[in-house]
Amino acid sequence: MNAVVTASGLNKRYKNTVALDHVNFRIESGRIVGLIGPNGAGKTTALKAILGLTDFQGELNVLGLDPRTQRDQLMEQVCFIADVAVLPRWIRVREAVDFVANVHPRFNRAKCQAFLARTKLTPDMRVKQMSKGMIVQLHLALVMAIDARLLVLDEPTLGLDILYRKQFYQSLLEDYFDENKTIIVTTHQVEEIEHILTDLMFIRDGKIVLDADMDAVGERFAEVMVSADKAATARSMKPLDERQVFGKSIFLFDGADRATLESMGEVRRPTVSDLFVATMKGTYA
Amino acid sequence: MKTFYWLVKREFWEHRGGFLWAPVITGAVFLVLNIMAIITAEVLGARHGIEIGGSNWQMMVAKANEGDLAQIGAGLDIVMMSSMGLIGIVMGIVVLFYCLGSLYDDRRDRSILFWKSLPISNTNTVLSKVVSATILAPVIAVVIAVVSGLIQLVIFALVLSLHHVNAWELLGLAHPFRAVATLVTSIPLYALWAVPSVGWLMFCSAWARTKPFLWAVAVPAVLGLLVSWFGIMGLFNLPTVWFWKNIVQRALLSVFPGSNIVYSDSALEATADLGDAHNPLSVLSPMHTYTLLASPNLWLGVLAGAALIAGAIWYRRVRDDS
Repeated sequence: MNAVVTASGLNKRYKNTVALDHVNFRIESGRIVGLIGPNGAGKTTALKAILGLTDFQGELNVLGLDPRTQRDQLMEQVCFIADVAVLPRWIRVREAVDFVANVHPRFNRAKCQAFLARTKLTPDMRVKQMSKGMIVQLHLALVMAIDARLLVLDEPTLGLDILYRKQFYQSLLEDYFDENKTIIVTTHQVEEIEHILTDLMFIRDGKIVLDADMDAVGERFAEVMVSADKAATARSMKPLDERQVFGKSIFLFDGADRATLESMGEVRRPTVSDLFVATMKGTYA
Repeated sequence: MKTFYWLVKREFWEHRGGFLWAPVITGAVFLVLNIMAIITAEVLGARHGIEIGGSNWQMMVAKANEGDLAQIGAGLDIVMMSSMGLIGIVMGIVVLFYCLGSLYDDRRDRSILFWKSLPISNTNTVLSKVVSATILAPVIAVVIAVVSGLIQLVIFALVLSLHHVNAWELLGLAHPFRAVATLVTSIPLYALWAVPSVGWLMFCSAWARTKPFLWAVAVPAVLGLLVSWFGIMGLFNLPTVWFWKNIVQRALLSVFPGSNIVYSDSALEATADLGDAHNPLSVLSPMHTYTLLASPNLWLGVLAGAALIAGAIWYRRVRDDS
């Protein structure tokens, strides 16, 4: 498999905070990677580095190019949606399509029109008259019509209602994603993207604390519901996390022996959000 | 090239209000005020039984010698140029604020993230804005100024013909074609002359984290005051005024069309010649204004402007505060 993004020793400091602390990772082609972390963990900085929007130390290779020096070439292959409402407020739908069609060599106008036809957007509508959800629809229609190899999404559905959020990811999966494309997405609404991710990356205080594909996550982590009498045994096995539900305890284990766990109670695969909360414990303390 | 064309088009879309409608409205308001003034004069004249122009005018034209005719023509030219002058001032204001916002507004509303997600180099982006300020805006302003100036002239001709003056004969004394040619030829010179201002304003726009207007005005003004207080120019055997005229004014006010006339010695001579019934157009005539091409002031300004634009491109790349 060929790597789309390779980072080694990626480092970035702002005045008095470390945004990225010698980070190493590798993203393969044809994956949907969730980059998940608490506020201020360095997610956006990592994305900005990949997009060549910020300076950094260390090695970073995106599609064989250096984002610091070969940005213009890189952006032919990379698309980017930042959190909603970054489309210029004055632009009309028609103007946005015309502009991108004429400056982007890999843009397919017919495709874009087809996506727009499914929405309530009209060619003369200005961005400032649109709701947040409509702005994202327009942006998504523009981006999906570009035959790019890497799509970077930074909180793309922030502030949208659930209908728009579902539709957003559904369109991406059905009409856009294939084995030649790679998507990196950050979001706080973890539950909604959990089922579409192929890879999971947790970032905390500028460090990658978890980097695994979803299958590996399922094998490594397990959640067991244990009744009160066996709780002490479970606690002695050093669980990542413990919480109480209906008088029973739910323990989250990292790499514990399956057979032992099953003898204690019902074993489940933990949700990404539970895993996230357990991993990030004490972040804001 | 195609990308560049669309970049300039984008600037026009975004700033249609300033580039197109501001001069159009200025021209229209000017014409309406003129028509109102004419109507007032006519009404007052009719009420008091005063015949404006009338046979007196006819006689005057008939008896005028060549010098007088030239003066009448000059008067008509001034009528025509006045609306053009006003449009020029409005365009200067538009360009000034356009430049200040050009590399700042999209950082503030974060739409820069959208523009930067497209395969467009920072150099092209910045240069397209320079071209919009120095060529697109003046070309539109000139077209509108020409149209409104000609309408103005025609209105005068019609009013005069109502008073039995052979207006077409009078119009023959004006120089509409010369005025148009003067305006059109002034565009390249304007572009060169405006470069240092455009460069400085865009540099501030790309560099400032907040309030580019304040920085753009305060830095030259404070420097000017320091220079004045401490008499620094004395070190170079130059008067303090030199700094204000060649640095402060060039950095801020060169976006106003015609601001170069102050710096041109020959233009002043031409103004002096006006007393001899020479045409006011001669002040603006390319024969005079283009002598500026020989002045180091223009070319040093272009150089400084180019350096500032290069700085703006650099800051456009590295400023990441969105």
